Amino acid sequence: MGVEQKLGRLGIVTTTLEKVVNWSRTRAMWPMLFGLACCAIEMMAAQASDYDMSRFGMELMRATPRQSDLMIVAGRVTRKMAPVLRRLYDQMPEPKWVVAMGDCASCGGIFNNYAIVQGVDEIVPVDVFVSGCPPRPEALIHGILTLRDKVMAEKIQDWS
Amino acid sequence: MLEPHLEVTFEELKHLVSERAISGETMVLNMGPQHPSTHGVLRLLLELDGERIVRCNPDIGFLHTGIEKNMESKRYDQALVMTDRMDYLNTVGNNLCFTLAVEKLIDIDVPERAQVIRVILVELQRIASHLIFLASHALDLAAASVFLYCFREREIILDIFEMCSGARMMTSYIRPGGLWRDVPDEFEDAVRNFVKIFPKRIQQYEDLLSNNPLYIDRTRGIGEISREDAIRWGLTGPALRAAGEPFDLRRAVPYTGYERYDFDIPLGSKGDTYDRYIVRIEEMRQSLRIIQQAVDSIPAGPWRSNNRKFVPPPRSELGHSMEALIHHFKLWTEGFSAPKGAVYVPVESARGEIGCYLVGDGGPKPYRVHFQTPSLSNLQVLPVLAEGCLVADLVAIISSLDPILGDVDR
Repeated sequence: MGVEQKLGRLGIVTTTLEKVVNWSRTRAMWPMLFGLACCAIEMMAAQASDYDMSRFGMELMRATPRQSDLMIVAGRVTRKMAPVLRRLYDQMPEPKWVVAMGDCASCGGIFNNYAIVQGVDEIVPVDVFVSGCPPRPEALIHGILTLRDKVMAEKIQDWS
Repeated sequence: MLEPHLEVTFEELKHLVSERAISGETMVLNMGPQHPSTHGVLRLLLELDGERIVRCNPDIGFLHTGIEKNMESKRYDQALVMTDRMDYLNTVGNNLCFTLAVEKLIDIDVPERAQVIRVILVELQRIASHLIFLASHALDLAAASVFLYCFREREIILDIFEMCSGARMMTSYIRPGGLWRDVPDEFEDAVRNFVKIFPKRIQQYEDLLSNNPLYIDRTRGIGEISREDAIRWGLTGPALRAAGEPFDLRRAVPYTGYERYDFDIPLGSKGDTYDRYIVRIEEMRQSLRIIQQAVDSIPAGPWRSNNRKFVPPPRSELGHSMEALIHHFKLWTEGFSAPKGAVYVPVESARGEIGCYLVGDGGPKPYRVHFQTPSLSNLQVLPVLAEGCLVADLVAIISSLDPILGDVDR
């Protein structure tokens, strides 16, 4: 790390509470294992060998909302699925974030019709939108790194 | 509008469960729509006697996208992109199905080169789809390393798709009249390279699973179905062939020149989960044989039809040919018109028979598009297979049927 040499044997790092808490929140974000449609396959690809999202502390996809703090909405959300999605979001413990992956989750994509919710931000608050149909795994990883930057900039008075 | 009606009363579910559930002897359990092993958003209402399943009621429709209806409001060339999003593991195959239906309706000839490249891409897609099956099937049975291996090879295939079409999954590369553009020069080498390395990789998967006692314990004799029952329930694809019925549309109703290729139809004997796995593994080998034969016989020549009424002229002609400019303008503003009539074209997707029923009304938009999808007909048999087995076995059965919920609900 190099920090030991600089600090000698002091064993002390000065920082702010805000930074420490934000840093620890970003370093082990556990996404919820929740695939809806096509984007879920690219989400799986982002987890798998070639892209390996575990480099960013995300190898654990939790199948239950109670253990996860990041919801990746991967795919189109139908009107039948929307209440389920909202309930899953409500079941996640604070702090929690949402990434809308793909055009369908972001804005309805090419499906402007009776069945599809036109953007998942109608139901849950979205932090990062990732465009693409479906986004490449790199795009998803970029979206998550963007989310990290956002979390790092959070202020102590906004914590819930 | 989005007010949830999640809390259903027991009265509303009464007709779905047996008498024993009403007396409280058995337990009613909800599985899904958010469940890692339901492969998307399938919901199952299970009635359990201890760990044994008494009854299983699938609840589909969580991914109903209205694709068929949406396609009717688009021109034929625009509607093509919707087929990609239907069965998102078999995108090229869906393109082919819709394209063949349109070609049958407008009666257009496709050049030989395009036919051969189509076969290569569709067979690559079949392998990619079976790889995802294998990855998720093994992951459901807690064999995580197979998942990583399968995705490694899938990326090679996706790189080939990307090389041709610019997209990894949603290629829309097969168009009415031929292909979107010619394949790049590196295409042949990339395919040959894949054909060379892949047999060893299949062997790796087999080494991990085929003789693994843990895997065999969880799949042998689980979800058995006889040949007669499989036909009666309308199973298609690998699930049908695992039950011992040698039905493959590539052999039964050859399309795109499949009659020229030499391949076997792998069969299972017992129709259980293990057989469905073995059949898919063997199908990957057969697909490789087809790809090898096809890549050795790619002819030179045009890659799309020369019929300017349906296929846009090459960009190079636009500068000096008024006629080409007119055709280009007409095709990209109002599209081509198909004659009145109805066609049905079935093709063999990775999951079974996918058929496109297309009705033209003389205009540039289809009057009706309907897809007969293999996942839906395969999923129907789930309550039968699930009866009497353990909840843990249900996970294996679902993944061995390999339903894609986008394909089921459309």
